[in-house]
Amino acid sequence: MENELAIAVRGLRKAYGDNVAVAGVDLDVRRGEVFALLGPNGAGKTTTVEILEGYRRRDAGEVRVLGSDPAAPAADWRSRVGIVLQGTGEFDELTVGEVVRHFAGFYPDADDPEKVIARVGLTDKARARTHSLSGGQKRRLDVALGIVGRPELLFLDEPTTGFDPEARREFWGLIRDLAAAGTTIVLTTHYLDEAEELADRVGVIAGGRIVEVSTPEQLGNRQSALTTVSWRTPEGVVESVQSATPTALVAELAGRFGGEVPGLTVTRPTLEDVYLTMIGHR
Amino acid sequence: MTTTTKPAAPLAATAPRRVGPVALGLRQGRLEITQFLRSRESVVFTMGFPVIMILIFAAIFNNKIAPGVSYTQYFITGMIATGLMTVSFQNLGIWIPIERDRGVLKRYRGTPMPKWVYFAGKVIMVVAIGVVETVLLLAVSAAFFDLDLPATAGRWLTFAWVAVLGVTACTLCGIAISSLARTARSGSAVVTPLALVLQFISGVFFVFTELPTWMQQVAALFPLKWMCQGLRSVFLPDGFGAQEAGGSFELGRVALVLGAWCVIGLLLCLTTFRWTTRRDG
Repeated sequence: MENELAIAVRGLRKAYGDNVAVAGVDLDVRRGEVFALLGPNGAGKTTTVEILEGYRRRDAGEVRVLGSDPAAPAADWRSRVGIVLQGTGEFDELTVGEVVRHFAGFYPDADDPEKVIARVGLTDKARARTHSLSGGQKRRLDVALGIVGRPELLFLDEPTTGFDPEARREFWGLIRDLAAAGTTIVLTTHYLDEAEELADRVGVIAGGRIVEVSTPEQLGNRQSALTTVSWRTPEGVVESVQSATPTALVAELAGRFGGEVPGLTVTRPTLEDVYLTMIGHR
Repeated sequence: MTTTTKPAAPLAATAPRRVGPVALGLRQGRLEITQFLRSRESVVFTMGFPVIMILIFAAIFNNKIAPGVSYTQYFITGMIATGLMTVSFQNLGIWIPIERDRGVLKRYRGTPMPKWVYFAGKVIMVVAIGVVETVLLLAVSAAFFDLDLPATAGRWLTFAWVAVLGVTACTLCGIAISSLARTARSGSAVVTPLALVLQFISGVFFVFTELPTWMQQVAALFPLKWMCQGLRSVFLPDGFGAQEAGGSFELGRVALVLGAWCVIGLLLCLTTFRWTTRRDG
């Protein structure tokens, strides 16, 4: 059973003085899955992930990441874990190629640096100093450094913050490739479309607790949630009804109007609606 | 224990091998030197400063302090000591907070790199730059200002151990003091005034024995004064030892104080070094 889990967390707690950042988190991440941790700022996302990465000490709880306790990991543990932090670690004076080659040397079984650079789409920039890169290119360099050691488990902390839409699409493609190659991926994000696009399962964290863990489709019983049907009455007023049987309602409306229903919309709750309800914003 | 399923490793790939510890340290040193040389400010201010100072001082004081002994012979000792302190103490005290703030240190901690490799890289950089800078100083002074280089093997030996002990102490103190700075910018604010005050009270710019006694006593607590004194024994005639505050060059005490600072610096490094900024907890 242990072998099936890349990450197993029970009763994780962490406080900074009186401020309880993580208040009893239980979490399982299976090997090979893409797991998204969603939550508002200050929900405990980064604290949780940094404990899993071995950067922070926990106050209480059981944590196993690739079979090790990240606070006292096995010798080769660091070489099996890849970390992409939130925009950090710039080597302004070095070129992309130099940095990636240097980091490759830290790992026992590193990937070919040139291949990694190509994979993140920076081949044209391999000889450029890193300070000349755009924000999105720097982020791709971060990812290159995270994957050059061929990790079994990759942490990505808000990887696409500040990306333009095209860069995000490209980045998502890269993450899918890594996942397809068997890498377990844990990603934190603010973006619900990103979680929906990439994640096999989503965990919503709020107030230092996991509120729900589910597939993006089923989060918050989204499948069976009421659907909103709205239309314009002959008097020109917009009417909205929440319905468990929207198809029947639309058929009835069609009958009532004798054909086209003016201003008809049928909306299932988006992941965002469900998410905002869960974290108590609605 | 756990089955490791590495993501698709192509069998015929250019087999990357684990880098041994010596090579790890050396390549870290090369990386540090590359970064140093490419940042123009570091090169100009760290390497250039002592050379510029000796040019100014030697041009102003071109007389003799004793028959056959030029002023240069005295000032070179302060400039070499200052140069060594700049490249180690100031350089590290300013750069490590910047690297910490940028998250470079945090990023290193996220890799399998052993911690000592980072420090080894810094030490290699400091030693390489320190040697180049000292040679530059000696060459400029010998070529333009009649500097007499040490004539005996014994003097070169003293030169070597004073320089090595001094640089070691200053390097360790520079790493230790880097943890005092809260942000990238404050490193320079912490280190620069400290270095400047030490230079004034340790006899770098003035003849040490002409300073007020209390100032001499304060300076005697810190490494720079002893580095200068040790180097004076290398560049000045033996007879000048009698003019020192202690009546001789006190080489034994030089070794003792510098050695003590190595221990203090090492203990501070081991107990206080931070890989992350305070806001990272």
